[in-house]
Amino acid sequence: MSSFEETVSRLLKIPVGYATVLRNLFSKPVTLQYPEQKKPMSARFRGRHHLKRYDDGLEKCIGCALCAAACPADAIYVEADQNTNAERYSPGERYAKTYEINMLRCIFCGYCEDACPTNAIVLEPIEFPTGYTREGMIYTKSMLLEAPPNGVPTTPQATQPGKFDRSIVPYPPVDASV
Amino acid sequence: MTPELLSFIILAIISIAAAIGMITSRNAVYAALFLILNFGTVAVMYLMLNAPFLAIIQVSVYAGAIMVLFLFVIMLLGAERLNERETRPVMRWHRPLAIVLGAFLLALALYVLLTRLGQSTASVNVFGAGPLEIGLQLFGPYLLPFEVASVLLLVAMIGAVVLTREK
Amino acid sequence: MAPILEYTLKSIVLLLIGAGGFAYMTLVERKFIGRLQSRIGPNRVGPFGLLQPMADGLKLIVKESITPAQADKLIFFIAPAISVIPALIIFAVIPFGNSPWLNLAANINIGVLYVLAVFSISVYGAVLGGWSSNNKYASLGGLRASAQMISYELALGLSLVAVVLMAGSASLNQIVQYQHPGNILGWLIFRQPVAAVLFAITAMAELARSPFDLVEAEQELTAGFMTEYSGMKFALFYMSEYVKMIAMSALFTTFFLGGWSGPGAQDSWLLSLIYFGIKMLVCLLAIVWTRATLPRFRYDKLMAFGWKVLLPIGLANVMVTALLIVLRVPGYR
Repeated sequence: MSSFEETVSRLLKIPVGYATVLRNLFSKPVTLQYPEQKKPMSARFRGRHHLKRYDDGLEKCIGCALCAAACPADAIYVEADQNTNAERYSPGERYAKTYEINMLRCIFCGYCEDACPTNAIVLEPIEFPTGYTREGMIYTKSMLLEAPPNGVPTTPQATQPGKFDRSIVPYPPVDASV
Repeated sequence: MTPELLSFIILAIISIAAAIGMITSRNAVYAALFLILNFGTVAVMYLMLNAPFLAIIQVSVYAGAIMVLFLFVIMLLGAERLNERETRPVMRWHRPLAIVLGAFLLALALYVLLTRLGQSTASVNVFGAGPLEIGLQLFGPYLLPFEVASVLLLVAMIGAVVLTREK
Repeated sequence: MAPILEYTLKSIVLLLIGAGGFAYMTLVERKFIGRLQSRIGPNRVGPFGLLQPMADGLKLIVKESITPAQADKLIFFIAPAISVIPALIIFAVIPFGNSPWLNLAANINIGVLYVLAVFSISVYGAVLGGWSSNNKYASLGGLRASAQMISYELALGLSLVAVVLMAGSASLNQIVQYQHPGNILGWLIFRQPVAAVLFAITAMAELARSPFDLVEAEQELTAGFMTEYSGMKFALFYMSEYVKMIAMSALFTTFFLGGWSGPGAQDSWLLSLIYFGIKMLVCLLAIVWTRATLPRFRYDKLMAFGWKVLLPIGLANVMVTALLIVLRVPGYR
């Protein structure tokens, strides 16, 4: 007899299930209309890469390729070149002549951020990489590099000799007298 | 030539072609499909004889249920093509027997055809049109054969259950 | 020649309604199941996504139609047609309204048998499609389709036997007329609740809709018998599923929900058509609702349920109904 009661009690649970499903009909859909509405992201979300600049407009990237070395997906390709005072891209000796990230290979792990000695590359929670072709998914330096701050000239800049000898500005700045 | 006769000739040709196709197919699934086509044409012939009930039953029972079971078994066993070397020695006595039985059936059909040739087709139309008439016939004059057939089917069904029952 | 012209025109209109109904039923289902799952459903193509079926159709037309190299080419080609034709011809016997021109052949006195016969041959599309694909998933889907349809057809037929016993006729028009007079309690769903539930369950199984969609169980069988199909042939299989869904809803309305009957329906063909449409839509939404609610059966449980539960219940229901009619219990003729 208990199996009969069990069957009945199981059968009675079916309408409960139907009612639960129907209740959703009167609730607000949780869908976000993606391109128009966007979900707020955490400030530390690892979105697409950006190459940063200093306040004076010079690029932070010095072309050391440590990011490429750290990249587990081998997605980054860096080619460095020599800075001159007449055509200066970044402080110090060298700058990244070519900087490409294959967004199809990138796994957004953020190791490039950790490896970067100048904090030049940052993954920011804005603008996700999308595209229609494989070629279009290889982001070049011009696409990754952010614009210089307002009123500041872009690179290359002509700078006075000796001012940007060191590529890494000690931070926090070390007072030599102490 | 009346439209009825014309449609009968077309149907008969399709029906016979399907029957021949069924026998000659090397592929069991094709043979089953030809048989379904044959059943379909026979159903249409029932319709032309003003017996829609029989036509529908023909489709529903033969084309619908039995042939689906046939196809199911053929597909389940993967027996679309028989391996001739394995089957021929076992089936040796089948062929002469089939020829004799087939000749007998043909002779019977010819006899019926020739002796009934002059009669009007009106006498064929025993069952009338609908389920009501069929029911009255089955449970009236034909009650005994109907019940005997029912018992036979029941026995076959119980036999099938007993044979496949797990110990 | 006049009747031939009349029937041809009616058939064309019915086929167009079937095809259009299929297109928009996909949208209705996606919208409704979306809302049931707290989603929105398609809303990009056209206002409220109303052009989505056109976009889908266009996509399927221009897609490449692939035939597997080892497939049985002829049967692979005709299986979708074999599948879609029975689905469409069910509409022939359904009375859509009180006027004689609102149905094709609803008065034939073997309407119920016709419906059963058409459903019994509608399985061939799935079986042959599965077999001819020469793919193990497709073959398993076809096998499951045949076993499932045979098992549930019996209970479906038994539920309709009770209806025919009540109405005293196998003509769908007569069945509606029988339920028409008086109030809503004349509907057979109130006087034959067991048969109604039985029909609803077996109809879902015949449609191979969730929770009986083992024929195309995605997790186990990819897409079942449709695995190898693409392009328009795939669309035809889809069409047969949805047209059958519409036909089943129309049949449930006819058998158990009083068909086109309702207040004032006897005098106005428009009103009767509207009543029929509303009842049918409720049935269709109930099918989608079920899909959103119930999980899929396991294969052996499905078979056991069909043979050991539904069939005895159906037989008992026929017996009790016949007894009540013979004893002339009020309300049972």
